[in-house]
Amino acid sequence: MTAVSARSTGPDELRERPGVPIRLEQLTRRYGSVVALDRLDLDISGGEFLALLGPSGCGKTTALRAIAGFDRPDEGRVLLDGRDITGTPANKRDMGMVFQAYSLFPNLTVADNVAFGLRVRRRGRAERSGRARELLELVGLADRGDRYPHQLSGGQQQRVALARALAVAPQVLLLDEPLSALDARVRVQLREEIRRIQLELGITTVFVTHDQAEALSVADRVGVMREGRLEQVASPDELYERPATAFVAEFVGTMNRIPATMTGREVELLGTRRPVTGSAPEHGAVVALVRPEALLAHADPQGSGRVITRTFSGAVTRLAIALPDDIEVRVDVASAASADLTPGTAVTVAPAERPVLVAPAET
Amino acid sequence: MAGVTALAESVAGAGGVAPETPVRPGRRGAGAWRYAVLAVLGVYFLVPIAASVWFTVRERDGVSLETYAEIPGAEGFAESLTRSLALAGLTVVLALLLMVPTVVLVNLRLPRLRTTVELLTLMPLVLPPIALVVGVRSVLSWAPDYFLNTPLAEVFFALQEPALPWILVFVYVVLALPFVYRALDAGVRGADLRTLSEAARNLGASWPRVLVSVVLPVLRTSVLNASFITVALVLGEFTVANILGFETFPTWILRIGGSQPQLSVAVSVLSLLVTWVLLLMISALDRQRGAKESS
Repeated sequence: MTAVSARSTGPDELRERPGVPIRLEQLTRRYGSVVALDRLDLDISGGEFLALLGPSGCGKTTALRAIAGFDRPDEGRVLLDGRDITGTPANKRDMGMVFQAYSLFPNLTVADNVAFGLRVRRRGRAERSGRARELLELVGLADRGDRYPHQLSGGQQQRVALARALAVAPQVLLLDEPLSALDARVRVQLREEIRRIQLELGITTVFVTHDQAEALSVADRVGVMREGRLEQVASPDELYERPATAFVAEFVGTMNRIPATMTGREVELLGTRRPVTGSAPEHGAVVALVRPEALLAHADPQGSGRVITRTFSGAVTRLAIALPDDIEVRVDVASAASADLTPGTAVTVAPAERPVLVAPAET
Repeated sequence: MAGVTALAESVAGAGGVAPETPVRPGRRGAGAWRYAVLAVLGVYFLVPIAASVWFTVRERDGVSLETYAEIPGAEGFAESLTRSLALAGLTVVLALLLMVPTVVLVNLRLPRLRTTVELLTLMPLVLPPIALVVGVRSVLSWAPDYFLNTPLAEVFFALQEPALPWILVFVYVVLALPFVYRALDAGVRGADLRTLSEAARNLGASWPRVLVSVVLPVLRTSVLNASFITVALVLGEFTVANILGFETFPTWILRIGGSQPQLSVAVSVLSLLVTWVLLLMISALDRQRGAKESS
């Protein structure tokens, strides 16, 4: 299919179009001796909102740029709706992209920015201005059409960039850390807005971020990347509750690392035994990976732990507790029941009654 | 532990009152120094110009602007000025056609070539123009004979057509390269051209379209700066034109200087004013666009 097609564009048509699936097959990209993508395989369903999450340099942006056509993989294929588009130039791929940096054309008004893609497609003036108005309404900036980009805040500029990306009725929406330059409050607002629009339009969306809160809060599935490969692709709750690897467990959410010992299919930690989830050695020293909410703490004058700090965050209060042998853990307790857990208080800490994930001791 | 402490500090700091921004008091006497430096610079630049103006208006019986009135009718004035302006315009167009795509390519697609291109564009500054023009003159005297009875010979003759010597355009483009490249490169580095061009590509624009619709508007100020520097360079260039034997505005000024010194200096003053007016017009044009975008 020709990417720059002659169909009409705009929110109504976007709503009627089913999202198209994307498949990455054995995608490999090397920069000299650095392997940015290492035989990456990924299937994204039509209409799905997939977030690629990982630390800097893990290859998530390279993967997105390979999908967009800005980066040519050394090996592997990119399939869009079953068609191989690996060699298709970026301007023929029919994808909308929002960049991390503000990318509005400074010499064009907001409305002209949104209509840019339509002008490239030689649409009439009336159609262009009509579509621009519709899209600006969609992102809540209908009254800013005649402004120039520098007259808008960062959040507004990214909204316009989103409208511009959607104006051409793309088959896929690509978001390359579009919120990272914004302040915290605007970031939360805009990510919710992006999700609302994505659900409304049903467009296949790939969202690259290093912020786990962003990824977990908006995506249908999250792919955690490390060293050019996917560690796990799963729904946010599965990723949080059942991480496939120690890396995922520690990267997603806060994780305590507590020295422990394996005894058969159970692990002994903090003086108690708990069943193990996932793979684990039968014997020997390991590290138990336990979430702050999976630890219990209560004031006990005979307890071996001592509260160092307490951080109130609404319904939950997080305690930092020092244990013997230089172990420090974070424990989440209900704020209403934590009045006596002040810094300096002696406490007893124990794991909750649930299976525990373990990792080899040296990791 | 450090993470927890930092978190606690950030939470504690969230409700705190931001300290007042310290206001740095102005240093006493800084204003006076500023004016002194400006005055010295003003004297340095204005005294020679004032002396030139005085020389052109001084008459035995007082002051007269008659010399300036003679300029439009002076023999060879209109031809040489028109020729120089045409050469300047052609040089600007050719230099920009050559350098805008080069700078964009180097910055967006071939960053490894940056050092090579920078070195190449520096060559005209390293090599004295006299060396360049001697080389050009040798080629011009040798090539037409060598290529006699071939189309290339005609090309070499055409390049030396006195009415519009294209050879000067090519030489001036080389001389302007360091300035044009640096003006454009500064503009490209100042704008996030990579993201803007990728955004345009993503929206379906071809590379030529990206160049015309995105790159040139973003580089508008840099293009204007490069154009102005080139115009100023061509209007003031003497060595190459004189050695190659073409009459341009500066060589004409020298020619009439012997017989009509007052007229020659008056034209020089006027050309200085014309250059200033050009500069003001270009910056006004830029400000006008900027103001439109800001309104």
